[in-house]
Amino acid sequence: MRRIGTWVALGGLLLSAACGGGSAATPTTATKPLAVGFVAEPANLDFTATEGAAIPQALLVNVYEGLVKLDQDGKIQPLLAEKWEVSPDNKTYTFTLRKGVTFTNGAPFTADDVVFSINRVKSDWKLKIKSQMDVVDKVEKKDDSTAVVTLKQPSNGWLYSMATRLGAMFSRTGVADLANKPVGTGPYQLGSWKRGDSIQLTANEKYWGTKPQVPQITLKYFKDATAMNNALLTGGIDIISAVQAPESLAQFADTNRFQVVEGTTNGEVVLSMNNSRPPFNDKKVRQAVRHAIDHRALLDTAWAGRGQLIGSMVPPTDPWYEDRTGDYPYDVAKAKELLGGKTHNVKMRIPNLPYAVAAAQVVKSQLAQVGITAEIDPLEFPARWLDVVFKQGDYDLSIINHVEPRDMGIFADKSYYFRYDNPEFGKLLASADSGTEQEQAADLKAAAKLLSEDAAADWLFLFPNLIVAKKDITGGLPKNGISEAFDFTALTKR
Amino acid sequence: MISYLAKRVAVLLASTATAGVVVFAFMALLPGDPAEVALGVNATPEAIEALRRQWGTDRPPLTQFLDWIGGLAAGDFGVSYVTSSPIGQQIGERLGVTLTLVVGGMVIALIVAVPAGTFAAVHHRNPLGALISAASQVGIAVPAFLAGILLVFVFAVQAQALPSGGYVPLTEDPSLWFQSLLLPWLSLGLVQGAVLTRYVRSAVLEVMREDYLRTARAKGRGRMGALWRHGLRNAAIPVVTVLGLQLATLLIGAVVVERVFVIPGLGDLLLNGVAQRDLLLVQGVVMVLVVAVLLVNFVVDVAYAVLDPRLR
Repeated sequence: MRRIGTWVALGGLLLSAACGGGSAATPTTATKPLAVGFVAEPANLDFTATEGAAIPQALLVNVYEGLVKLDQDGKIQPLLAEKWEVSPDNKTYTFTLRKGVTFTNGAPFTADDVVFSINRVKSDWKLKIKSQMDVVDKVEKKDDSTAVVTLKQPSNGWLYSMATRLGAMFSRTGVADLANKPVGTGPYQLGSWKRGDSIQLTANEKYWGTKPQVPQITLKYFKDATAMNNALLTGGIDIISAVQAPESLAQFADTNRFQVVEGTTNGEVVLSMNNSRPPFNDKKVRQAVRHAIDHRALLDTAWAGRGQLIGSMVPPTDPWYEDRTGDYPYDVAKAKELLGGKTHNVKMRIPNLPYAVAAAQVVKSQLAQVGITAEIDPLEFPARWLDVVFKQGDYDLSIINHVEPRDMGIFADKSYYFRYDNPEFGKLLASADSGTEQEQAADLKAAAKLLSEDAAADWLFLFPNLIVAKKDITGGLPKNGISEAFDFTALTKR
Repeated sequence: MISYLAKRVAVLLASTATAGVVVFAFMALLPGDPAEVALGVNATPEAIEALRRQWGTDRPPLTQFLDWIGGLAAGDFGVSYVTSSPIGQQIGERLGVTLTLVVGGMVIALIVAVPAGTFAAVHHRNPLGALISAASQVGIAVPAFLAGILLVFVFAVQAQALPSGGYVPLTEDPSLWFQSLLLPWLSLGLVQGAVLTRYVRSAVLEVMREDYLRTARAKGRGRMGALWRHGLRNAAIPVVTVLGLQLATLLIGAVVVERVFVIPGLGDLLLNGVAQRDLLLVQGVVMVLVVAVLLVNFVVDVAYAVLDPRLR
């Protein structure tokens, strides 16, 4: 009896292997369509010209693919490149491309598209992040399935950038209307877009890799957190991609119906201090602020204790993370001593976003205990905050979640709204980018330490990745929100 | 009648033109630059300049205004900065949804208010009439969005009988369309119905004291019969005035209700446009709303004339 069972099982294995090998095989476990709730609807679908996390979140990995992608541990994995070789001087990358890949407009993906896409960042992209590609000297086609990229100097950050939206591969004949008609090589393609309501992605029948299990994903957009919660409670959606108010999790406590996934993100919630004007041009005052804040109490009060404490601009998923939360322990006496008995009146200009409003109240009351009176001035986000705080730098304190991956470099730009100016910090970052992997880690650790010791800002907490899903979503929910994409490709539903 | 109509039309056109100037001026005063918002924290000064040139927001305000108002006169709303699609088409898609919402809300308000208000007036001395008055007072105090949240909680989350939000076009599935709009209609309609009930009640009370109604009773008509034959048409005049005003309120209420119920209507388009500083889009939507309100007032004025020959 047992033997027969074994044979049946083996037969099943063989059968599934045969199916997996055939290129025309349809997934045998195809499931029903899924609906996922998101907060911000993309303004348009062109992430080369429009800022906003919503666009890469929907399209990267799902519709557009790069040569490489980021996995859940922050490691770089092959995607459209089968493999790559790096020259001994760390300046030349030779990518071997996957064969048989086509764009959804029918055009084949070749080395010409790699040359086109990388050059296009420099020529056509409108966003500041395009400077991450400045290090590229030239990109050449060796043959149809080999592309060679030569850098001006060795750069550890470049290949990482290639795993972000900057590395997305576009078709030479598919960029006419990026705002409305994305053309990529990914497992999904744009089905329809009901503006103000939802975007539908449908499975790409000609996808080169493992076809996704869910044939159709609807991204539904909710500006109102309660409306999104209600939609999950009533079956309107299957997944909440990011919980807006952690205290609302209580509604989903029934583990027979729901599951909560909690992990980390790249989002450092920063209490920014204007380093260029009094009182925060004085390092002692900045240090006093760091001592004056009880971060654990703040996290518990402002964000229901969800999230993690960090002491500098590095999230725990980066390889050079060090725990810097001990640099400035909560110490009111020390803070007062650093202030030397002086009191200050400052303007705290925050964006009108839930986490910022919640955290600002706590910061205000904690600072009041050491003699710093902060007046909270909520500004409409994005328009007003960008103009007043980010562009003009007219603020003393602000609170914002810096969500970009590996974004410590923003402190090296003294015109950035922190107005932090320490040449030593810039040198460390430059040396990190061109050094070996070990040197990179050592330099970045030193840079994060320097930022923390200089009290260039205060780091309130690391924003949590909080996903709520129905119980029947059996796999593929990303624990950590550390890539720009919300990867639908591995989702499975019972 | 003709001169009355002509006068009304002239007022309508003048108000529309004034509204155009005011709307544009307010948008010009709105802080925040569209190009800066689109590029966000990732903007370079060169990219912002390029985008301004591309969108034409670097031109003098007067040029932009003439360009816009000229286009409007020709029925062209322009192309949205952010979505790079024609604004007129976007407004057209959304306007239908919002109008469905507003008209449905109004119908419910009338269905509630006319019988309830008349009943409360006729029975204004009994406890039942007083009860209706009290209930309508409570209804007035509840804003439409709160009614919406409560209705969702009861009928969607607790009873799981209706969807908590979302919108299904009529052409896609009439049954789901009705289900998706029922709660939004109720939340707009019940609140407005409560307000309207008060007016219907006082208008009917007023009419009931009139001599002609007593005469009608003296001729042998019953109380309801006299009211029906002679009273309601006279009571309708103040009610129509309020109805016109309420349509404007409903339009604004719809903006909020659309957000509660995640309905892709004009309000949603407007709020998105403001957040993204998509100025041309916002101007277009506001103009449409203003013209809608002006048109309603126009229709109310004409309705007076129809109801009351003395005004002609």
